[in-house]
Amino acid sequence: MTRFFAAAITAVPTLIGALTLASMPQSAAAFAGAPAPLRAALADPFRQAAMEAAEFQAGSLRIKAPWMRATPKGAAVAGGYLSITNAGPEPDRLVSVASDVAGSVEVHEMKMSGGVMTMRPVADSLEIRPGATLELKPGGYHIMFSQLRHGLSEGDKVKATLTFEKAGKVEIEFAVGGLAATGAGQMNHKM
Amino acid sequence: MLRRVRIVLWVACAIPLLALGAVGILEITQRNGGVEALPGAGIGGPFKLASSTGGELSSDELKGKPFVVFFGFTRCPEICPTTVSDISTWLDALGPDGKEIKALFISIDPERDDVASLKDYLSSFNDRIIGLTGTPDQIAAVAKEYRVFYAKHPLKDGDYTMDHSAVIYLMDRQGKLAGTLSYGDQTSDALAKLKRLLGSA
Repeated sequence: MTRFFAAAITAVPTLIGALTLASMPQSAAAFAGAPAPLRAALADPFRQAAMEAAEFQAGSLRIKAPWMRATPKGAAVAGGYLSITNAGPEPDRLVSVASDVAGSVEVHEMKMSGGVMTMRPVADSLEIRPGATLELKPGGYHIMFSQLRHGLSEGDKVKATLTFEKAGKVEIEFAVGGLAATGAGQMNHKM
Repeated sequence: MLRRVRIVLWVACAIPLLALGAVGILEITQRNGGVEALPGAGIGGPFKLASSTGGELSSDELKGKPFVVFFGFTRCPEICPTTVSDISTWLDALGPDGKEIKALFISIDPERDDVASLKDYLSSFNDRIIGLTGTPDQIAAVAKEYRVFYAKHPLKDGDYTMDHSAVIYLMDRQGKLAGTLSYGDQTSDALAKLKRLLGSA
C-alpha cells in the first residue's frame, strides 16, 4: 500500500520533468547565435581591396561589377553577384542566365534564419523597377552556377548571358576574385 | 474488502504514471544520446568519422586541445566556402601560436561528400582544416550532439541542396563549448576569440 503510494508520488514529478525536457527545442535554432550582419564584412580592414567596376548595358539597364569567388578545388557550384540599375521608365525582369561554365545557371536566394542557412531558386523572375537597383550580393540573391565544368581561379573571367523580359539578351563577364572576396575586383585577402 | 478496493485503485493509478515516466525518460535519452538537454550546455560529444587527412578522426584525439567545428557541404555556393575561407584566414593569421587549433568541417551531405572530395576541396585552404564525413547515421549522431539542424531540400532534375545551421563552434581543451563565431564576423573579433580559446586552460 505505502509502496504504491510512494511510487505514485515519485512518478508524478518524473513525468512532469520528462515532459518539460522533451518539449525543449532540439534544433540548433535554440542555441545558435544570430548571424552577424554581413555588411560588417565589407568594412573589415582585413578585406580592403581596390574596386574595379566593369559595366554592361542592355537597353536602359546598367549591369555593374559582375563578380564571383574563386572555387575550392573540385567544387561543383559557384555563386555570381552583380547589380542591375534600371534607368528607364518601364519595369523589366531578369528572366534567365546562361553560361558555358556550368550545366545549370539559376537565380537563387540565400537566407539566414535562427542560425540556419537556406537556399532556394527564386520562384519568379526578379523585377527591376524604374529607377531602382537590384542587388545580387552575398547573403541574398545570387546567380547559382551548378555542375561547374571547371574550377574558377582568381583573375579568371566568366562569360554569361543575361536575358531580360524587355531589354533582351546581354553578354556580360564576371571577374573572379579570391576565395574569400567580398566584392568586385577583390583579390584574395589571405595574409 | 474496502482495503482491497483501495489497493486496486492505487495500482491502477500508479501503473500508468510509472509507465509514462519511464517512456519520458527513454524518449529523452534517445533524443539526446544521453547528453544533457539544456540549451547551450552539452554541445558536443564523442565521434569517430572518416577524415580528409586519411583514416578516421576520433574526438579522443582532440582531448586537451581546443578546436573549431562547423557543418556544411561542398555543393554550397556561398556560406560554406566563405566560412572555410574565413577560418583559413584566421588560422593563417594566428600563425605558429595557433598551431594547436584544428578546425573540423563536418559534411552534412555525406551521400555526395566523400573523403576524396573533401580532401580536394580543403586543399585550397589552411592545412589545419580537416574534412570529416561518414555514414548518414554517423552524421546524424554527430549533428545531434552539436545541436546542428540540417535537411535536404529538393531542386529540379533530382538535384538537391542542404539547409543547415551555419554556426561555428569554439570548443575548449575539455571539449566543452567556449563560444561561437558566425559567417561574416570581423577578422579582428574572430582572432580575439580564438586567442582567448588558446589561452584558456
